[in-house]
Amino acid sequence: MELNVLWFILVGVLFTGFFFLEGFDYGVGMLLPFLGKDDVERRMIINTIGPVWDGNEVWMITAGGAMFAAFPHVYATMFSGFYMALFVMLMALIVRGVAFEFRSKDENPQWRSTWDWMIFIGSALPALLWGVAVTNLIQGVPINAKMQYAGTFFDLLSPYTLVGGVAFLLVFLFHGALFLTLKIEGPIIERARKAAVTIGILAAVAFLSLVGLTYTNTDLFKSGLASITLWGAVVVFVLGYALAWIKKYGWAFAMSGLAIVFTTIAFFSGLFPRIMVSSLNPSWSLTIHNASSSAYTLKIMTFAALILVPIVLAYQGWTYWVFRKRVTAKDLEY
Amino acid sequence: MDALLLARWQFAMTTVYHFLFVPLTLGLSVLVAVMETLYVQTGNEMYKKMTMFWGKLFLVNFSMGVVTGIVQEFHFGMNWAEYSRFMGDIFGAPLALEALTAFFIESTFLGLWIFGWERLSKRVHLACIWLVAFASNLSAFWILVANSFMQSPVGYALQNGRAEMTDFLAVITNPYVWGQFPHTVLGGLVTAGVFVTAISAYYLLKQRHLPIFRMSIKVGLACMLVSTLLVMGTGHLQAQYLAKKQPMKMAAMEALWESADPAPFAIAVVVDEANKKNSFEIGIPKVLSLLAYDKPEGEIKGINELQAAAEMKYGPGNYTPSITQSFWTFRIMVLSGLWMMLLAVISIFLLYKERLEENGTVLKLLLWSLPVPYIANSTGWILTEGGRQPWIVVGLQKVSQAVSTNVTSTEVWISLIGFTVIYGVLAIAAIYLVRKFILEGPVEHKPVLGVLTKNKEATLWN
Repeated sequence: MELNVLWFILVGVLFTGFFFLEGFDYGVGMLLPFLGKDDVERRMIINTIGPVWDGNEVWMITAGGAMFAAFPHVYATMFSGFYMALFVMLMALIVRGVAFEFRSKDENPQWRSTWDWMIFIGSALPALLWGVAVTNLIQGVPINAKMQYAGTFFDLLSPYTLVGGVAFLLVFLFHGALFLTLKIEGPIIERARKAAVTIGILAAVAFLSLVGLTYTNTDLFKSGLASITLWGAVVVFVLGYALAWIKKYGWAFAMSGLAIVFTTIAFFSGLFPRIMVSSLNPSWSLTIHNASSSAYTLKIMTFAALILVPIVLAYQGWTYWVFRKRVTAKDLEY
Repeated sequence: MDALLLARWQFAMTTVYHFLFVPLTLGLSVLVAVMETLYVQTGNEMYKKMTMFWGKLFLVNFSMGVVTGIVQEFHFGMNWAEYSRFMGDIFGAPLALEALTAFFIESTFLGLWIFGWERLSKRVHLACIWLVAFASNLSAFWILVANSFMQSPVGYALQNGRAEMTDFLAVITNPYVWGQFPHTVLGGLVTAGVFVTAISAYYLLKQRHLPIFRMSIKVGLACMLVSTLLVMGTGHLQAQYLAKKQPMKMAAMEALWESADPAPFAIAVVVDEANKKNSFEIGIPKVLSLLAYDKPEGEIKGINELQAAAEMKYGPGNYTPSITQSFWTFRIMVLSGLWMMLLAVISIFLLYKERLEENGTVLKLLLWSLPVPYIANSTGWILTEGGRQPWIVVGLQKVSQAVSTNVTSTEVWISLIGFTVIYGVLAIAAIYLVRKFILEGPVEHKPVLGVLTKNKEATLWN
């Protein structure tokens, strides 16, 4: 296989892993102030993702690094073009990251509540912004002949991309609520179940709107694989909701995860071989060929990735096994 | 102000801030691992308390390093897109490898370490913190590989309008990185050594928790002595290498305008940058040549000659970095190092004579020296990065060519102000926490069930 194609797939895999894993982290983070009635409950909720959220976030860092290494023009165009959006995301990720570490370190209720809301904001904004970003990539943004983004921050906001943002946010909320039903004990379970069922409806509406608008606003459905996976995502999402309704939460979580995975695959295969679509002229789009690194760098990075990614998966998987038990109020040692 | 200048300010501010936390992470991860090793080997609960106490401080510092590090990764694309296009083929690889080899290990095993005290066996738990220490220092290696290319490019060819990698092995065996990496890692150990020593000195002064901090100060001082000696050794070798590879940086940090053989070592100068001379200087004859070449002779090229040579090679322009900044940052760094080494020698001597605890003056000096490694780390990097101006990649791309062309100065203003404000607020929160931990001391974790706080926020579901 051509290495440019392989790296496109690899970047896609990294984003898929990131959305699947951080998807429930973001969801749990957003639910925290609402589902946790007192401090013990909130610590329990945080501890469901406490040992793993940082490792999950590294999927995003690695996706960014991989894009820089394999498709430097995409990295340059996207990061400078989406400047203000990324600035907001960075601010959110900063407060979220320290909030997990800081919130329990002082007993002052005001202190804890402030950081809990920081976790909420720090989870909601990136979830929203990633949805806006992904839909912009496929809808197309003003990229000129010199591979430069020629628009403003407000060009990134359109009905389609805003629906994309809201859909990502709500799907992650649903995914996170289901994750909580599996990982926690006590009265929070019932609240998380209710939340999943309530949010699930909204998420379904937003998600179906996203699929509909993707049909009208983009050329995603021209790709066979993209069409199959996006319809597949719709089916498993609805199935996931039905399973939550009949209280099969484990299967429901698997389905919400699968819906996220299928959606990511659909968007990436809809883009292929482009990575950023130019709305000004199709031939100005950034593709896996005109935006890539040299064949030599791709070869070196391929060796590294093929050796390292399985190792990473193995020890991250082991972590989930170590923390497989439900979080109870008794073992809040941290 | 134009976007270029603002982007430079932003990078300088966020990098210096990020690097306040990184060295302590590099060094303290190792010291916490050493403490836990003592615990596992002896089974003595005192070592566990010690590990938990320093571990708590480590975690606050670590999280600050992580979140400010994400900003650094994003910066290259946001503010320096043209740099990313020109250098992505070479620069992206070490960044991606840093994430794949180091960040995943660091984050995953730190999570296991924090939450795994009850779930993992003692040895597996110990292995986790050693893996964190290993991965932190490995990440330093990759980012310094990337930085070393900017200082001294190797293993590349200029083609397709950019620098393309032709020899990966040459990039990671760049002689520059093998000077810079040990110096940086040792700088981290110095920082951790001083940090542990200074805070332990506080407890010895206050006569609190004596057993733990008697032991801690031994660990801290041993680390401080060994690492200050080695950091100066590696720094010396690095400077000798600079004399050959980056003569302009060498001349700038010595404020040496005219080539000289043998060259004197300047102790203090007043630089007159406009007239390209020093309006005042005192120095010791021959010493600079001696330092650079291990013999009291040998030519050190001066700034004026190097500027003329650069104009010949690259065309008209200013190829001289700020001389005042280079000269004084170098001297502040070296003096900080000497101060810490001297203090370590004296304290260890007193410790050996069992007179350290009664010597309030030395303990106070140790405590007040807490900022010194931070000053050394920051001035060292300001020297390194300021000294390659006007280049972003020496000889290949200028800083002015590297900035994003489509980002407006308004946008950079907004983000600059945003980062400054949030970094300021976080600094206050972090210092508040560290101060609180130090005042509390190594207390047992408070029972969580006792601190129920009634939640007053809106509730959507009941």
